[in-house]
Amino acid sequence: MSTMNFHLRLWKQKSASDQGKFIEIHATEIPSECSFLEMLDIVNNRLTKEGKEPVSFASDCREGICGTCHMVINGVPQGPGRGAACQVYMRKFTNGQTITVEPFRAGAFPIVKDLVVNRSAYDRIIRSGGFITEHTGGAPDASAILIPKPVADAAMDAAACIGCGACAAACPNSSAMLFVGAKVTHLGLLPQGQGERKKRARSMVRTMQEEGFGNCSNYYACEAVCPAGVKADVISMLNREYVRGELSVAVGAID
Amino acid sequence: MSGSASSKKSCCSCSPLFSSSIGRKWIVALTGIVLVLFLIGHLLGNLSIFLGPDAMNAYAAFLKSTEELLWVVRIVLLTCVVLHIWFTITLWHENKRARPQKYAVKNELGTTVYARLMRISGLTVLAFVLYHLAQFTWQSFNPEYKTWVDAQGRHDVYRMVVTAFSCPFVSGFYLIAVGLLGMHLSHGIASLFQTLGLSNQKLRPVLERGGLILAWILFVGFASIPASVLLGLVKVTSGLPSCPVCH
Repeated sequence: MSTMNFHLRLWKQKSASDQGKFIEIHATEIPSECSFLEMLDIVNNRLTKEGKEPVSFASDCREGICGTCHMVINGVPQGPGRGAACQVYMRKFTNGQTITVEPFRAGAFPIVKDLVVNRSAYDRIIRSGGFITEHTGGAPDASAILIPKPVADAAMDAAACIGCGACAAACPNSSAMLFVGAKVTHLGLLPQGQGERKKRARSMVRTMQEEGFGNCSNYYACEAVCPAGVKADVISMLNREYVRGELSVAVGAID
Repeated sequence: MSGSASSKKSCCSCSPLFSSSIGRKWIVALTGIVLVLFLIGHLLGNLSIFLGPDAMNAYAAFLKSTEELLWVVRIVLLTCVVLHIWFTITLWHENKRARPQKYAVKNELGTTVYARLMRISGLTVLAFVLYHLAQFTWQSFNPEYKTWVDAQGRHDVYRMVVTAFSCPFVSGFYLIAVGLLGMHLSHGIASLFQTLGLSNQKLRPVLERGGLILAWILFVGFASIPASVLLGLVKVTSGLPSCPVCH
């Protein structure tokens, strides 16, 4: 088992109102097969043993599925390579490398502590339209509603979004358009999502603006970092869906 | 509903089409189309300089003869320019506010240099357009331009253009401005399709390549005129050109 050494710059910030600063840590003898979060665990254990306060970060499944972990590693939200921050491995870095870890920077994601930000803004966007109305009860027959394969595929690609917030963190404008676009595309393509379709884009975009996210400038930074590989096609679809919804309202169409 | 929500409401009575994030972007995109179409027409007209003084002066006289139509075009263009810039400024202002604290480590992440320079290129082009209008349309720097007529009694636009571009400073500013215009369009043309929802994974590379090609065509086309004057390929036959800056 080979070990590696790193020069870490980790963001420390007590609360949203605190100033915050980087702390420098020489992380020595880190096993090269560690994941990035395991490396942070080792560093935090050592800090605790030294009687110092560990660096807070969020994580849950550590399998790249849940979208809980969120941090910016060397300027890249969710770190280098595809997948969330938990899917980054220390062997991808070079021995002795300086690694800077910062929280997501977006006004709509206020810092809770250190590397942890509050991403409830995404929940509020979902609440405003990222749902369908459906009967509860027994699972329906899987083939009861026929959906053409290309439509199902496109909806599934958009449904891959784990809502981690990396898109808004990467966007120079802190825009959440990839996230909102993924939800609007996913639900808008499927028959089950037609009921709320016209309202959905309008309502979610309005909430996105109210939460203080920026506007899309077609930089495509979101697409470059998305751990779920969601494509900017969903933004194109959102742009269409939104104007369609507003025009329907403007001409007094039903629903 | 939300604690962190800013109190920004859509402007009272008008449709969200004119106040929402996406609605305003549509207006910027649609006015952008009008301005690109104008550029294509303007370039085609300007290239008449290569057909000689008679062709260019005839073209200019024809434009002037359609005075009423010309005013319609002017008003449409002015409206488009104002809307294009105004909505961009309001969107940009919100974008600045959305990222209160910058990252310590900067990473460009998929963005192009053209996209990042949109504001600088756009504002330089705006400054240039005002100068360009003052120079050739209002002729405020050189009122004597107004008195120049050719043998047929038409305004001698050809002589005016060649005289102005024989000054390296005038030509230089023009070349820089059309260069930045090309950069603006390199992002803008493909970008407007995405904003209007007319792009996808398959189309995007085609639109980006197409936008880049059109931007280059417009740049080379516009730049060819001062370049030809400076290289002596296009010159006046009667009277020495007098440089408006150097003299």
